[in-house]
Amino acid sequence: MSGNHPGLSNNFIRSGEKFEWSKENLKEIKKIISKYPKERKQSAVMPLLYLAQEQNKNWVSIECIEAIAETLQMPKIRVTEVASFYSMYNSQPVGKNLIQVCRTSPCWLRGSDKITDTICKETKCAINETSEDSLFTVVEVECLGACSNGPMIQINNDFYEDLDQESTKQIIENIKNNIPNKIGSQKGRKSSENA
Amino acid sequence: MALKREERVQKMLSNQDKIFQNLHGFEDAFLEGAKKRGSWSNTKEILSKSQNDVIDLVKSSQLRGRGGAGFSTGLKWSFMPKDTGKQHYLVVNADESEPGTCKDREIIRNDPHTLIEGCLIASYAIQATKCYIYIRGEYHHEYVQLEKAIAEAYDNNLIGKNACGSGYDFDLYVHRGAGAYICGEETALLESLEGKKGQPRLKPPFPAGAGLYGMPTTINNVESIAVVPTILRRGSDWFKSIGAENNTGTKVFCISGNVNNPCTVEEAMGIPLKELIEKHAGGVEGGWNNLKAIIPGGSSTPMLSKDVCETVLMNFDDLRSNGSGLGTAGVIVVNKNNDITQVIERFAHFYKHESCGQCTPCREGTGWMFRMMQKLVRGDISPEQLELLENVTKQIEGHTICALGDAAAWPIQGLIKNFKPELLKKYNQKRKAS
Repeated sequence: MSGNHPGLSNNFIRSGEKFEWSKENLKEIKKIISKYPKERKQSAVMPLLYLAQEQNKNWVSIECIEAIAETLQMPKIRVTEVASFYSMYNSQPVGKNLIQVCRTSPCWLRGSDKITDTICKETKCAINETSEDSLFTVVEVECLGACSNGPMIQINNDFYEDLDQESTKQIIENIKNNIPNKIGSQKGRKSSENA
Repeated sequence: MALKREERVQKMLSNQDKIFQNLHGFEDAFLEGAKKRGSWSNTKEILSKSQNDVIDLVKSSQLRGRGGAGFSTGLKWSFMPKDTGKQHYLVVNADESEPGTCKDREIIRNDPHTLIEGCLIASYAIQATKCYIYIRGEYHHEYVQLEKAIAEAYDNNLIGKNACGSGYDFDLYVHRGAGAYICGEETALLESLEGKKGQPRLKPPFPAGAGLYGMPTTINNVESIAVVPTILRRGSDWFKSIGAENNTGTKVFCISGNVNNPCTVEEAMGIPLKELIEKHAGGVEGGWNNLKAIIPGGSSTPMLSKDVCETVLMNFDDLRSNGSGLGTAGVIVVNKNNDITQVIERFAHFYKHESCGQCTPCREGTGWMFRMMQKLVRGDISPEQLELLENVTKQIEGHTICALGDAAAWPIQGLIKNFKPELLKKYNQKRKAS
């Protein structure tokens, strides 16, 4: 099944804290709902899941799901069903930096196994684990769609491409030291041009 | 249909014939840069043509859909009912998730106005006043770029009410996916857009009759839509002059895997595969003779042996006559330093993970095939079991609602077809060793 990140549980849990939309997000929700026909509010469930996840430190709790169900006048089970079908909604707390390593063949052919090893070693996380200081969560994922720039990883919203062990190590090191990383190709390419 | 020998002679795509002048983002991706590259120059004039004329021009250019199936784009548009009084929709499939494919990404982030202008023109042709672009969730940066470009287009009255002064009202929205490969299947995409799990619908009804919210809908790939403005500007004959009959125009190819310089490049449809690899991707790692096999059109297309790679042309018909397909033109190169069985095992894992779980042959079959592929990698598959595996792939193929079942079966069939003796040898060697 499509499900969640391979390995991360598919069971949504309660956080134990009340979830209320922030003021900005209430405005944003109005904008989002206006993109779809009036009687088709349910279409906004995916964008609202993103919004809730963003507000809730990068994971979706049952409280978030309840808030979405109420906002969109949908049964809770319908929201849960959508949340658990798509892999990008996290069903449990994740580290501040969610590292997704692409494992599919085009990246694998260019050494993604070594990238995974380096990341696990540097973050001291096994696959599907969160580091003790909650700085990192490491997962392996299927093709992220940057095949001409493999091997590649995604950290939160950003792609890091054309990796080798050295540059991967540097990226993790920079995060630990609060130094901003350069997004995209780590070999100096602009995008996927022939270089 | 195999192409005649003389049709195989290709001319190189010149720079001025490239549609995506900013594919790699060296210039300004936004409105000012886009206008310099010719976007939006005479959109009002294009929209003054009748809707049928626009459809006929696209039809006569012989543009075939760039998302994988290769169906005539103009013909697809002509299936839309006319003057129904209902809301029509154009939905653009930007859920680029086929392993090996990363072309739409470059169009969206570096040349978004080609897509936006294409959305307006295509929507006009099918009488849609609303269009949704469904972009894969992981493409966050691309989503931000696209939203910025759309905001520019609204601010400059290029879209919105009375778009480009044409009198046509047109709204364009972006909807983000959230990491499900199956949503690249058009009816799963519609389900997802309606706020449900992305599980494909049974057809008929086809989307042209009852698509998004039950209304007439056309779904097109990003590249198919983004080339339309240029076709209408430069003419169908220009587009047809590139490539061969029924395989016309330019095409964005993505080359990945064991090449010296993996890259994305726009070339003439029908460029010889070998030339594509050697000219643009710096050749196979370890030299051409180190080539094991090439998967020519994204993970779902069966692999080609080195022999076929020597001569095959990268277009719909020549690849099909060689037992594969152009698919999304995601070219994955595998050299002899890697175990080809493992490449396919990884794909099997991919399909197992991405099956939506709706149809039994796919839900159960993808898992079973993956476990068999694991055994195959270890050399634990006997000749009888190999036959069983091949047989099961044929039981899955064609027995599911959507093509994911087929897509999961074909790579394994391609492996067995091309490398059967080698797979059996693995088994025999292991048995001897133990």
